[in-house]
Amino acid sequence: MAKGDPGAATRSKRAAPRTKRAAATGEPELVQLLTPEGERIESALGPDGTEYRVDFTDEEYRGLYRDLVLVRKLDAEATALQRQGELGLWASLLGQEAAQVGSGRALRTQDMAFPTYREHGVLYCRGIDPIMPLGLFRGVDQGGWDPNEFKFNMYTIVIGAQTLHATGYAMGVAMDGRTGSDEGEAVIAYFGDGATSQGDVNESFVWASVFNAPLVFFCQNNQYAISEPLERQTRVPLYQRAGGFGFPGVRVDGNDVLASYAVTRHALDNARHGQGPSLIEAYTYRMGAHTTSDDPTRYRIASEVEAWQAKDPIARMKAFLTKQQIVDESFFAEVDEQARAESVHLRERVLAMPDPEPVTMFDHVYPNGSPELDEQRAQFSKYLESFEGSAH
Amino acid sequence: MATETLTLGKALNAGLRKALENDPKVVIMGEDVGKLGGVFRITDGLQKDFGDQRVIDTPLAESGIIGTAVGLAIRGFRPVCEIQFDGFVYPAYDQIVSQVAKMHYRSQGKVRIPMVIRIPYGGGIGAVEHHSESPEAYFAHTAGLKVVTCANPQDGYSMIQQAIASDDPIVFLEPKRRYWEKGPVELDAPLTGAYPLHAARVARPGTDATVLAYGPMVRTALDAATAAAEDGRELEVIDLRTLSPLDLTAAYESVKRTGRCVVVHEAPGNLGLGSEIAARITEECFYSLESPVLRVTGFDTPYPAARVEEEYLPDLDRVLDAVDRTFGW
Repeated sequence: MAKGDPGAATRSKRAAPRTKRAAATGEPELVQLLTPEGERIESALGPDGTEYRVDFTDEEYRGLYRDLVLVRKLDAEATALQRQGELGLWASLLGQEAAQVGSGRALRTQDMAFPTYREHGVLYCRGIDPIMPLGLFRGVDQGGWDPNEFKFNMYTIVIGAQTLHATGYAMGVAMDGRTGSDEGEAVIAYFGDGATSQGDVNESFVWASVFNAPLVFFCQNNQYAISEPLERQTRVPLYQRAGGFGFPGVRVDGNDVLASYAVTRHALDNARHGQGPSLIEAYTYRMGAHTTSDDPTRYRIASEVEAWQAKDPIARMKAFLTKQQIVDESFFAEVDEQARAESVHLRERVLAMPDPEPVTMFDHVYPNGSPELDEQRAQFSKYLESFEGSAH
Repeated sequence: MATETLTLGKALNAGLRKALENDPKVVIMGEDVGKLGGVFRITDGLQKDFGDQRVIDTPLAESGIIGTAVGLAIRGFRPVCEIQFDGFVYPAYDQIVSQVAKMHYRSQGKVRIPMVIRIPYGGGIGAVEHHSESPEAYFAHTAGLKVVTCANPQDGYSMIQQAIASDDPIVFLEPKRRYWEKGPVELDAPLTGAYPLHAARVARPGTDATVLAYGPMVRTALDAATAAAEDGRELEVIDLRTLSPLDLTAAYESVKRTGRCVVVHEAPGNLGLGSEIAARITEECFYSLESPVLRVTGFDTPYPAARVEEEYLPDLDRVLDAVDRTFGW
């Protein structure tokens, strides 16, 4: 874990009465249902005494494992495509698969998600074609999926801006009378540890609190905002910030897909039943670079990365499935083969993505159009046509 | 047809009321817009009649107002946000420029943000700093936003309704020093018959020179035209009304007749709307011009202390001085 982790300062006095807390010695207090060694913990207590547990069938356990492997493989393929010049940039989710798959699978069909630009795993869980964000990073479009169809908003690159959008959307859910039952709608806002310093995120905490919005703030604390470690953003554990805004906060082992699922499902269900917002801090680690333009060796040491490698979300799930004899060896080979095939398919389709026609840059600036822009487009088209042998 | 004499402030209030009545998805949100009715009372009585789910007093944070309104718009609402004063819009600048303006474009038309951002703007009320600014150029420069401004009660009443009914995100600038000026308003006129939102209008016909103005400066330009008429000079005054997109059709036609053009605005001259307008008129009317297009604007200083704002703001004399210079070229 990161040197000087602020969680250590408060651990002893908070942990004392919570004897059933699942946190292992030397770790920050967090909800965990699957240890890095693949041992299942029956249930774990949150800081407010909430008991978290999951009750999955073998098929569901296998499904979660498959999700984890697939999103990691597709992510690795995207990184490779960037290295080969086929994408302009890629923001890898490596290491954060469990936080994303756990929270993504905890969403019910009617729930709405507001991602940053790294939630490829959540996007996958929402049923969106994984090719979609690659168009954005290849530079052929700015994200092509329909947010309302998939209940997954466009990626947001300005840090923290989407938390306000999520809050407003959640206010709208309440205004539409869509809370208060199992069929109620909940909203989830994704952001990172760096974003917690943004004004927009703090404003969204205020808004969600005073309007009792059906919203889950899901902070993936991956320990770094590009090069800046957590200590530059906060002196208290992030989940404890919630208390000052008037709603509950909980820290979950973000490398544990089961705990991430349990905590998120509980928070979403509270929200949909009209019990207001909450904050989840998914304690995880960005195993790769911030983006393909980053060089993390300039600001963090190899031993730290190795320590987190030992907490890998997929390895612990694999160990668990094996120990519990939920699967046999052929299962792992079959999942790996599926991941390989999907990544090859993804690669082929990325390479086949056409560049947009230049004049399409004028499309969709305004729903009702603009005579000024129509004129610019016409002039530009005429200019293009003035080139001899122009294809335009 | 019921024609009433209303102040601009009351006309805007009536327009907002009509919009709330006509569409249950319209919500008004901002600081003090509820119980207080807004610091200028533009939303007076609306929360009482439509409830606190339709007219929402928000926490005191402008980025929060616009950012949550984006989410409400994605959800299918039509938020009408009030920014209390021009100088307080900047904390919301990122949400307006990076989010509101670009959402439709980025989503390739799949997401619409039918939002209206109302901003009382401009000086002339003796206010302290940050309460008298003219930020229109920042927004007019931003693709994806439309920017309009009203200059009289009738336009206040109909334009606010048209802006709310539009699916485009619209910055709606209200000339706060004109809130108390009265004029006739046709309250029962159907919106479909109203003068188009994104169109300029000749406010006073004339033959000798063209004066282009918008918002608070339309009154100033009309006063200048009255004074000029006493000296035997007929000025054509055009109220631009829409700043993005600009509608200069009437201006081109006018300048081709008069050969002289003066653009007036309160905002600083450097890279202001007047610069763009002068460039376009020069391109379009080059062979008709008897003199360069001249600009009468605020100076390139921060908005000054209230005791000297009358010297900063363009007035009748500065407009007439510029008109004189077009004749002396």
